[in-house]
Amino acid sequence: MSVLTVLLEGIASAGGAIGAGIAALGAGVGVGQIGKGALEAMARQPEVSGDLRSNMILAAALVEGVALFGVIAGILAIVL
Amino acid sequence: MTQIYSKYPFFLIVLGITFAPEFKHLTVRKQLLITVFSLFALLSLPMLSMAEHEEHGHKKEEGKLDIKGEIFGHIRDAHDWHITSFNGKHITIPLPVMVYSPSKGFSLFSSSRFDHGHAEYNGYTLNHENGKIEATDGSKLYDISITKNVVSMLLSILLMLFLFTRIAKKYKSGIGRTSAPKGLQNGVEAVIGFIKDSVAVPNMGKDKYMKYMPFLLTLFFFIWINNMFGMIPFPPGAVNLTGNIAVTLVLALVFFVIMLANSNKHFWGHMFNPPGVPLAIKFILVPIEIISNLVIKPAALAIRLFANIFAGHTIILSVILLIFIFGSLSKVAGIAFLPVSIGFTVFMFFLELLVAAIQAFIFTNLAAVFIGQAIEEPHH
Repeated sequence: MSVLTVLLEGIASAGGAIGAGIAALGAGVGVGQIGKGALEAMARQPEVSGDLRSNMILAAALVEGVALFGVIAGILAIVL
Repeated sequence: MTQIYSKYPFFLIVLGITFAPEFKHLTVRKQLLITVFSLFALLSLPMLSMAEHEEHGHKKEEGKLDIKGEIFGHIRDAHDWHITSFNGKHITIPLPVMVYSPSKGFSLFSSSRFDHGHAEYNGYTLNHENGKIEATDGSKLYDISITKNVVSMLLSILLMLFLFTRIAKKYKSGIGRTSAPKGLQNGVEAVIGFIKDSVAVPNMGKDKYMKYMPFLLTLFFFIWINNMFGMIPFPPGAVNLTGNIAVTLVLALVFFVIMLANSNKHFWGHMFNPPGVPLAIKFILVPIEIISNLVIKPAALAIRLFANIFAGHTIILSVILLIFIFGSLSKVAGIAFLPVSIGFTVFMFFLELLVAAIQAFIFTNLAAVFIGQAIEEPHH
């Protein structure tokens, strides 16, 4: 029985870590797309780049928020 | 290893004191070099205090490094404020403990009576595993102590009151209105103008934003100042206020109450009866709208801030603890890993500075957006 519990605890920790890694992947893709869109728009119309910059940061923080939900779920998988 | 390093910060302080007056006469390149070097040295101070701490006697598993305990010990709330450790002795600021137990009544005493968890006082002990107070006979108790988080919150409130009442008095007496702004007014005016022009007015409209400006400004500065305090390694820093889910939940709750109190019929009408939607889809859409507006929005605000700050602190602590992990393998590996770890930690600190400001801005911006949605007038 103890081998099984130790193994399951290890699997839970591994699952948590893999989940957090996949969340980071999602964040990378998302923020990359936001940056791409913002840079293309700034290249087309440099005079609105101030507006674009604040909106880009806002959108990036929202996407990062979702990625960090995933990280929190990973931490919970390890700790609980 | 700790014997070598315990003299290191004192040497640097002496060096700094002897060279301070001559700093201005050096070339810019030398000034930059000295600043970067002393930043390196300063940021290795918390690492040193952690070194003493783990040797003090919390030896579980034959003196092995208790990583989880160290990380959570630094992120958790505590009943004393740890300044530093010196030769195995902890230098802390003990904080008052206020406990109410239905059987024993109300107790108020200093947490120094607990002797860092080794002594029992008045029927209560400090559990060193999770830092919580427990009754020796296992009875239920309500812990309403003034802990580290409470003191730091009061300190930041005092700082904000002091700063902003001074600036407001200056404005009232005419400086900054009829003449050019002086001193702190410059910086604060820029930030307040930014919040007004980019956060409040676009989301709430030119005629309704003024009512919510105090709330938005308080929110922004409270979160920003407490994020910054969390990054200083000694008191009044050394505390993790916004990385505590209880604190961020209360911030989100305050926002939620303000949103509900100011919502109008249009908002509720759109939630329960979205216009232009066929009846079948309404059955799916209305529950989704209700949960999204009333549950997910405040919860997401709270969790976003909590996760960002918590993750930042955990990463910095883990990178510094990596030195000790390598050090327990072999002393040379530990010392060799030092520059890598401290370099990465300095980078993470810069990132955390950015995150502190951005998360405050995001929380305020989203609060403004959601309140704006709730007070929107119908435009046909």
